[in-house]
Amino acid sequence: MPSIFPRWANQFGPKLLVGGGLIGTLATAGVTYYFTPKYTRVGYQPIQPVPFSHRVHSDQLGIDCRYCHNGVEKSWFSNIPAASTCMNCHSLILKDDPRLQPVRDSYQSGTPIPWVQIHKVPDYVYFNHSVHVNRGISCVSCHGQVNEMDEVYHAKPLSMSFCLDCHRKPEDNIRPLDKITQLDWKGQVDGKQLVHDWKVQPGESCSVCHR
Amino acid sequence: MGDLFEKVFLFLLSFFGSRFKILLGLIALATISVVSIAGFRGDHTRNRPLYVFPDMDWQFKLRPQTKAGFHVWQNDMSSRPQVLGTVAQRDGFTDNATWADNAVNTGKEAGQFVAVGPLPTTLDFVRRGQSRYGVYCQPCHGAQGDGNGITKKLGMTTVANLMEQRIIRMADGEIFNTISLGKNTMMGYAAQIPIEDRWAIVAYLRALQLSRLGLEADVPAPVLEKLKK
Repeated sequence: MPSIFPRWANQFGPKLLVGGGLIGTLATAGVTYYFTPKYTRVGYQPIQPVPFSHRVHSDQLGIDCRYCHNGVEKSWFSNIPAASTCMNCHSLILKDDPRLQPVRDSYQSGTPIPWVQIHKVPDYVYFNHSVHVNRGISCVSCHGQVNEMDEVYHAKPLSMSFCLDCHRKPEDNIRPLDKITQLDWKGQVDGKQLVHDWKVQPGESCSVCHR
Repeated sequence: MGDLFEKVFLFLLSFFGSRFKILLGLIALATISVVSIAGFRGDHTRNRPLYVFPDMDWQFKLRPQTKAGFHVWQNDMSSRPQVLGTVAQRDGFTDNATWADNAVNTGKEAGQFVAVGPLPTTLDFVRRGQSRYGVYCQPCHGAQGDGNGITKKLGMTTVANLMEQRIIRMADGEIFNTISLGKNTMMGYAAQIPIEDRWAIVAYLRALQLSRLGLEADVPAPVLEKLKK
C-alpha cells in the first residue's frame, strides 16, 4: 500500500509545533495583557467640564474628601457635590474666574454640571461606599492617590479579582477610621488585629456583590 | 546561557530553513504594531474604557446623578430634586418628628432660639462634632475656631472668629440656625450636614471655646494635677 503522505510531509509536525507554539504563546500573552481592566480601564482620564484639581483642594488646602462627597458615609453612592457646595467658597474666592463659569451657571440655573464619570462598576455590581469607609477601607484603596491628581484618572482596575483580593485579605487595606480620608497616610497598623476587633467579615459569595 | 540559546537558534534555523526567519520577523512585526497601537497598561487616555465583554455592564435602569435618557423630568436628571417645602417620605414616614417644627429641626422653640442644644451631649457626641467640624468648618474657621482657616489666604476675609464674645453668648439654637441657613457671606450647610451632626458641631464648638477661654477653675482637679506636671 502506498503511503498517503509523501516523505517531505514529515517536516510539518515539528514546524507546526514550533511555529504554532510561538504564535499561540504570543496570542495568549497579548490577551492576558490587554483583555483585562488593568489595561482597558486604568488610565482613563476624560476631559471634565471644569478643570477641578483634587491636588489643589485636597493636598494643598487640606479639605477633607467628605466636604464635597458628603454622602459617602451614609449612602452606597459617593455623591458628586452640587454646584452650591462649590459656591460655598467660590462665591468669594475666584468669583470671576472664567474656568468656573459652568459652576456659576449651574448654580444659577439648577442644571447639573455634566461631569464625566470615571469610576464605574458594571450595573450588576452593587458596591456600597458607606460600608467600606465605615469599616476602615480608605478612598485610596480603590481610587488611588486622588489627592495628587490635577486631573483624576482611573488608577486601579476595579475588576472582580481586584475586589476579591481585598475581600480575602482585608488586613492589607484596613486602617483606623479617622485616617480614611487621609489619602497620603503612611502609618503602620496591625491590620489583622483591626479585622479581628471590628469583626470584619468580607463575604466572598456571589450575592455579596451581585443580586 | 547565551551560547546555548545561539546553538538552539542555529539548530532550529538549519532545521526549518529561512522561512523560520520570515516567521520570526512577522511575529516581531505583529508584536510591535500591536504594542504601538494599543500601548501599555496604565497609559493615560481620554477615550472611554474598552469593554471587552460588555454583557449587562450597562442595564436599562437609572443610576444616581446620571442622565435619565428620557426627557420627562427636569434637566433630564435620573433623580428628581426635592420639591421646596417637602420632606422625603421614607425619612420617618410614621414619625412626624423628622419634619415637625421643633427645637431639633429648627433650633427654635416658640419662636425663640434654644439656649442649649436639645440632643443629649455625650463624649461620643462631642467627638462626632470634632470630626465634622474638621470636615466642614475648619477650612474657613480654622482648627482653633479663630477664623484663620486656609481660605483666608485665598480671599475669604470675612470669616467669623468663633471665639468672639458675640458667638460665645449666642444661643446654641442660633448657631445651629447659622450652620443650617448661613449668615452674611457664609452659605447654609443644611444640604451637606445632617441635623444631628449640626448639633454635634455646636457641642464641639462649645468644648472648643471652653478649651481656649476657660478658667483654671473650670478644669477638674485631678486633670489639673496632671496638666501641671
